[in-house]
Amino acid sequence: MREKFFKSGEHWVWFNAGAIAISIIMVVSLIALIAIRGLSHFWPANVHVYQTQLDNGTQQLSMGELYDEEVPKGADPAVEKQILLKVGNRDLYGLDFRWLKARNITDVSMREDVMVIERREWGNFYGFVENVRFDGKNYSVNDETFYEKFQMAIDRANELHDTVKDLEKGDIGSINYQLEQLRLDRRRLELENEATDEALADIAQREQALKDEFEVLQAEMFAIYDKANRDSVDVVTIDGKPLTIKASNIVMALQPNQMSWIEKVGHYFIKVAEFIFDEPREANTEGGVFPAIFGTVMMVILMSIMVTPFGVVAAVYLHEYAKQGFLTRTIRIAVNNLAGVPSIVYGVFGLGFFVYFLGGSIDELFYPEAKPAPTFGTSGLLWASITLALLTLPVVIVSTEEGLSRIPKSIREGSLALGATKVETLWRTVLPMASPAMMTGLILAIARAAGEVAPLMLVGVVKLAPTLPLDGNAPFIHLERKFMHLGFHIYDVGFQSPNVEAARPLVYATAFLLVLVIILLNITAIKIRNRLREKYKSLEH
Amino acid sequence: MTTDVTLDLTKENSNDGVNFDAVKDETIALKVEDLNLYYDKKQALNNINLHIPEKKVTAFIGPSGCGKSTLLRCFNRMNDLVDIARVEGAIKLHDNNIYGKDVNVADLRRNVGMVFQKPNPFPKSIYENVAYGLRLQGINKRSVLDEVVEWALKGAALWDEVKDRLDENALGLSGGQQQRLVIARSIAVQPEVLLLDEPASALDPISTLKIEELIHDLKDQYTIVIVTHNMQQAARVSDYTAFMFMGDLVEFDETDVIFTNPRKKKTEDYITGRYG
Repeated sequence: MREKFFKSGEHWVWFNAGAIAISIIMVVSLIALIAIRGLSHFWPANVHVYQTQLDNGTQQLSMGELYDEEVPKGADPAVEKQILLKVGNRDLYGLDFRWLKARNITDVSMREDVMVIERREWGNFYGFVENVRFDGKNYSVNDETFYEKFQMAIDRANELHDTVKDLEKGDIGSINYQLEQLRLDRRRLELENEATDEALADIAQREQALKDEFEVLQAEMFAIYDKANRDSVDVVTIDGKPLTIKASNIVMALQPNQMSWIEKVGHYFIKVAEFIFDEPREANTEGGVFPAIFGTVMMVILMSIMVTPFGVVAAVYLHEYAKQGFLTRTIRIAVNNLAGVPSIVYGVFGLGFFVYFLGGSIDELFYPEAKPAPTFGTSGLLWASITLALLTLPVVIVSTEEGLSRIPKSIREGSLALGATKVETLWRTVLPMASPAMMTGLILAIARAAGEVAPLMLVGVVKLAPTLPLDGNAPFIHLERKFMHLGFHIYDVGFQSPNVEAARPLVYATAFLLVLVIILLNITAIKIRNRLREKYKSLEH
Repeated sequence: MTTDVTLDLTKENSNDGVNFDAVKDETIALKVEDLNLYYDKKQALNNINLHIPEKKVTAFIGPSGCGKSTLLRCFNRMNDLVDIARVEGAIKLHDNNIYGKDVNVADLRRNVGMVFQKPNPFPKSIYENVAYGLRLQGINKRSVLDEVVEWALKGAALWDEVKDRLDENALGLSGGQQQRLVIARSIAVQPEVLLLDEPASALDPISTLKIEELIHDLKDQYTIVIVTHNMQQAARVSDYTAFMFMGDLVEFDETDVIFTNPRKKKTEDYITGRYG
């Protein structure tokens, strides 16, 4: 029986299946870990009040969300166990988090009327509302209309905030952009000795017009700021410290201890949507990551646009035209080895060659008016995409070549026998049939490029980009701009943030999002490939 | 029947087996003159001289590796694709040497169509397969293409089977249909000569029969050269037969003569099944 088992090779099957199972378990648990850690961050947790008697006898009241529990290594859990509480109120306590020793806790309770206020500055506030000033009138918490007025104050402030944002991003941003263009125009005319009085007057006139427009908008904006500062709310913390929060500083307010499960789910999705579609606040520890998603996707798309034609052309030459000999063999080995070069090396190369040399030359030739400020001579989206295109080029070349060699000789001969030249055969038959292989190369390239961070830090990614590389100002795509990237965002939030504890769940959430974005990009590419495969399925005898 | 069989494996050094008289009344489409072909240093075709008559079916028979496919592929210069192949001598298509200096190979191949052993339709629709050669010539007008596609498919006896699904992928056809599609594809560009390299060897008997009938129908319009392993097939479809052996053209004559009264012992041995 046993001999039969080994003889049949069954044990190898089990061995292989085991390896596969372990791989799958690892992948699934990795994704599960970041998903759970990341996604739970958005859940409005209940807020508890902890009464503690410190070792020196003083009484302390703490209120917040339970964040973590920990027993120091080797210590007795009964004595040394401690809990991490998110207490917020950074402007009052200095820190958002507080460690409490479990043995000091004398009482844990929950108060229904706890208010959590998410602020634009200073992080969350945990406490109790007492008074709201709405439209010049005071409403105490005991008033019937208090919560209604409170909510109205917040809604109004948010609306005004959005208006200001739109103004800044839209009209004012556009005017600033045009002003900068005019400044560059004038400088260009001066450099080219064509600065006639007429031309200068024309520019000055246009400048004046824009400035007038700007003044109007600015006045409008200040008026809105004033309006936004009208309402405020008086609050008090659990330990009795009073505080006044301006309505314009409030993003949202909630009473988690009173919320039903359904309300919590609703709030959860609002938070998730905010995370995906909003811009970051507070040194990236609050708000969303939209610019980073946008930057990642745009960079990957640009990279694909560059790497695919280039890689395919190179592969076609190598496989179809180059004489197969020592030289082509060497080139092929070199290409394969390129895939193994550490990515940071590409970053250094990109910085030295693309940014400084190419970008510097471009500035010299085409943007002398902007000097000494660099235009293309500094890291930016274009250079990041090109660097990554270079990094992923070997993958595309190798898989395209493989695709080309898989096309049956009979198909090529069939085409040639009908009077097609080699080029016609390539265009009409061989390349379409090899297109799924090209897509495979692109899929691998995307998978590699989207997750790459190290080279990007040198050639274009920043912690916070003030503008997206795509906007309403001609020429709409601004390849010279710096951009944000999910991978770098993870690093930045996780390790460069002033508030690491608060940022940690965001690291998981961002990581999960990055994985999702890559999966999404890949699924798109795979769908296209399967389409092509179906269309050009060849004779697989 | 025969008691002792000694196989004659010697090289043939003359062309005395080639009966040029047999085709003296025919118009000659292809003239092979002193053709030698080398793969690197190895000689694969030895001094071939042959006249192929117009609008007749000429069959090449012989054992595997005798060079019949190689010779066939010389007629449309398919051997150019093999880097190590080198050709000496001349093949004249209506007195123009196709190995001449200023010959456009693409034009030649359009004139000398070829059908391969395995059906090799392109992974495109049936319609596009047939229209391929025309599109290469820059003919993209739908009405012209429609007409030619129908004509070619009818010519290849495939029209009735596929007329309702011209837009379907050609790979969905059966092997026999695919092979007739390839023939339709070849005749769509209206070549003078049609080279068939064992066109039925990968097909079932019924498909083979259809292909043979097709060859019979096509010979009114095209000069056909067919390579076959199957001697019955050669006997059935061809007017003239060339027997090749180890790179030599051993004998060429009318098919009847070859099969009933061969001059050479090697031919007789092969035909009676002693080897091959």
